[in-house]
Amino acid sequence: MELLVFLIFAFLAVAASLVVVAHKNPVYSTMALVVTLFAVAVLFVLLGAPFIGVLQVLIYTGAIVVLFLFVIMLLNIGREESQLAGHKAQFFTAIFGSVLFGGLVILALSSVRMGAQSDGPSLALVSLKGLATTLFTEYLLPFEIIGLLLLVAVIGATVAARRPPQGEGSVHPQKEEAQP
Amino acid sequence: MLDLLWLIPVLTFTGATLNGLFGAKLPKSVVTAIGVGFPGAALLVALGALWQFAGTAEAFSQTYWNWTAGSLTIPVAFLLDRLSAVMLFVVTFVGFWIHVYSVGYMSHESGYWRYFAYLNLFMTAMLLLILGDNYLIMFVGWEGVGLCSYLLIGFYYDQVFPPYAGKKAFIVNRIGDFAFLVGMFALIATFGSLRYADIFPQIAANPGLVTGSDYAFGLPLAGFIALCFFVGAMGKSAQIPLYVWLPDAMAGPTPVSALIHAATMVTAGVYMIARTNVIYQLAPGISQFVAVIGAATAIFAATIAIAQNDIKKVLAYSTVSQLGYMFMAAGLGAYSAAIFHLGTHAFFKALLFLGSGSVIHAMGGEQDMRKMGGLGKHLPQTSKIYWIGCLAIAGIPGLAGFFSKDEILHAAAAEHQWALYAVGLITALLTAVYMFRSHFLTFAGKFRGTHEQEHHLHESPPVMTIPLWVLAAGAIGAGWIGIPELLSFGADLNNFHDILEPIVLQPAGLAVEEHHMSGALQWVLLLLATAAGVGGWFIARSIYGRERGLAADRTFEQRWPAVHRLLENKYYVDEIYDRFIVRPLAALSYFFWKGIDMLVIDGAVNTGASTVEVAGEVGRFSTTGNVRNYALYFFAGVIVLFVWLIL
Amino acid sequence: MTVPVSWYLMLAAALFAIGTIGALTRRNGISIFLSIEVMLNAANLTLIAYSRQLDSHTGQVVVFFVLAVAAAEAAVGLALFIAVFRQRHTIDLNRINLLRW
Repeated sequence: MELLVFLIFAFLAVAASLVVVAHKNPVYSTMALVVTLFAVAVLFVLLGAPFIGVLQVLIYTGAIVVLFLFVIMLLNIGREESQLAGHKAQFFTAIFGSVLFGGLVILALSSVRMGAQSDGPSLALVSLKGLATTLFTEYLLPFEIIGLLLLVAVIGATVAARRPPQGEGSVHPQKEEAQP
Repeated sequence: MLDLLWLIPVLTFTGATLNGLFGAKLPKSVVTAIGVGFPGAALLVALGALWQFAGTAEAFSQTYWNWTAGSLTIPVAFLLDRLSAVMLFVVTFVGFWIHVYSVGYMSHESGYWRYFAYLNLFMTAMLLLILGDNYLIMFVGWEGVGLCSYLLIGFYYDQVFPPYAGKKAFIVNRIGDFAFLVGMFALIATFGSLRYADIFPQIAANPGLVTGSDYAFGLPLAGFIALCFFVGAMGKSAQIPLYVWLPDAMAGPTPVSALIHAATMVTAGVYMIARTNVIYQLAPGISQFVAVIGAATAIFAATIAIAQNDIKKVLAYSTVSQLGYMFMAAGLGAYSAAIFHLGTHAFFKALLFLGSGSVIHAMGGEQDMRKMGGLGKHLPQTSKIYWIGCLAIAGIPGLAGFFSKDEILHAAAAEHQWALYAVGLITALLTAVYMFRSHFLTFAGKFRGTHEQEHHLHESPPVMTIPLWVLAAGAIGAGWIGIPELLSFGADLNNFHDILEPIVLQPAGLAVEEHHMSGALQWVLLLLATAAGVGGWFIARSIYGRERGLAADRTFEQRWPAVHRLLENKYYVDEIYDRFIVRPLAALSYFFWKGIDMLVIDGAVNTGASTVEVAGEVGRFSTTGNVRNYALYFFAGVIVLFVWLIL
Repeated sequence: MTVPVSWYLMLAAALFAIGTIGALTRRNGISIFLSIEVMLNAANLTLIAYSRQLDSHTGQVVVFFVLAVAAAEAAVGLALFIAVFRQRHTIDLNRINLLRW
């Protein structure tokens, strides 16, 4: 049963990510990203981290993807022109991708015992209480710092995206003001 | 007052600092007060200290603090014993009067304050030199006087020649200084100390310490040190071959020539050898060498002096010649005779220089005797004073030079060194000739200068003539403290010799050779010396006196042109040095500059810089501005890092 | 039958490779961002898989942080894009080459 779920959603994830990467229209890419995220969330649940899976949906799809869409619409980005120069570039890209994939697989496999697990994730792993305990005791400091990070990010984003105040020119002024 | 010994150089140093830092902004009267007042105060303190010292007659030593470097500790201390007492009197007394004279002589100069600052600084250094109780303090003073000599020779720095002359003086001195240093190193290595009180008693008690064979270059330690120190003295006291700077040093103001290049600095070498007498007594070969060089220098310089036309050059070569006498005496072991001559020479040479200064001042800067003549009418005081100086230097009986020069010749004869005696005697004759020549050419006969100069002629103001008379008194009287036995008719009046006797440490085991000469022989020698002096005057008078003026010189030129040229051009020594030493060194320096410094060293540095530049030129192609390229680099880096971490 | 953890890892590897290709290849800034998000997800998956393997909460906690960081990064990055767009009126990376030599 579990195997079936895994296979379905794994396939879904890979397919959707291919669309994300390949499609010309950014809006479609974003939609495909949503699908990818959902699939991965399911896989999280399968692996015994339901809370994280929910978080994934909430934060990623709920906030980040929405942000993306807002920006896309704000900037009115249209279809992208084809950029891949030709068969040679495509070929190299494929090679590169395969090599990367192969390397990662080797790494992964060398670190894990092959073969099936006889049972699922332990109860302790799944419990939210356990996760919360670990988070707020062992990882309390990083937790607080992440909070600070988010604050900084908010401030930074606000500052970076605001309209320049009146009087400031653009980075490369076309005309100099006359000497006083 | 003795414990205020340190105050003497401190006073002159204060004067130097005050004038040096503020003199440019102070009114001239204040500069004068400082520049003359402080040396004056130093003189008073010195006299007080000497008075007290004369009472105790024991060497006085005072340590102020210690210099320590690693395992070597040298005290900063002064020593007042009989030798340094004599030097102290000469330096402060003559120095003070020359300062007074300078007030008049330099009154028109724009660098008035600078002059006094340098001169006071010179006094400070000279005082350090003679008062130090170890060789290091002496060396500090030694270098200090060298510096001041350079500064004062090049006083008229806006002209071309004086700075060159100053440089020449300093560089030639440096050669000697190097040897001096090597000698000091040898002393430190052997005795671990540079103090006279540490070294000399040890050597005197145990001569074997320094007479063992072959310390360096086949010489025993004593010989090595003696040689090194003498080379230092060659430079500082202008002996062959390092005398060449002194005639050119005449480019400095005349009082400077008087003080530094006649009375005090150039005598530092003699002082050093007198101080080191123990070692020289144990190095007979080197001592002989010293005497020979001294004698050779004496006669060599005297022959040049005869053919010089610049009055200061005559006096310069005369100084070189008289210094030769002093070294001859020191080489013969007659250290007190050498110091005696040093003292008398200080008086009459300073007198002569200052007198010539009066003449030059009156002539508006002219120094060529060919343009002078008949100045006796216009400058009566100067003429008389100069005459006294000539008498003194020629060794006319009754004046200082007679007694001191006679002592030296006596010493030569006593050692049966007849060759040296002969040279000394001939030089005495020549000395009289050229000195009286200069007097006649300057003061007698008819005036040969321009009308302008004639109008300008005037006797010097009292501020200049009073010091002259004081020094004249010294030139006459200074000799009387050293009357030889012969003339004292029984009374033991040879005070000077007795005074300095204790300075000469007798090394153990060295046979004291008392050369007694028969009374008759002594009389003969005395008369010969007198004859040389008087004879020289006579010759000069017959050639140059009585309005004959330059006629004799012209005859000389015509009859023996080659000889005349040789003498006038000082045997072309400077030219020889230039060709064989200076030019090759300059070429070598040029090679080091262009070839090695610019090519190799700068090249290495520049290559480094240009490598960076080239790398930058190439590297900038990676800044495509294309963000995706950067992402690619990023990623590649991550891969590398990853692989490295795994492997 | 339980799915072996290694399969999850292989899946994550695949996703990561795909995301990388996208990030390096696309011209559109937003699309690059999206590809980066895919890569982040792959990493998250790996972490959770290991957490399962080692029966420890650490992996999940780290994913928690990664999520937060991804959010922050997306926010700031998009803000920068907006700023750049104002100047250049394009987010085609081939045209944003101010740092060109």
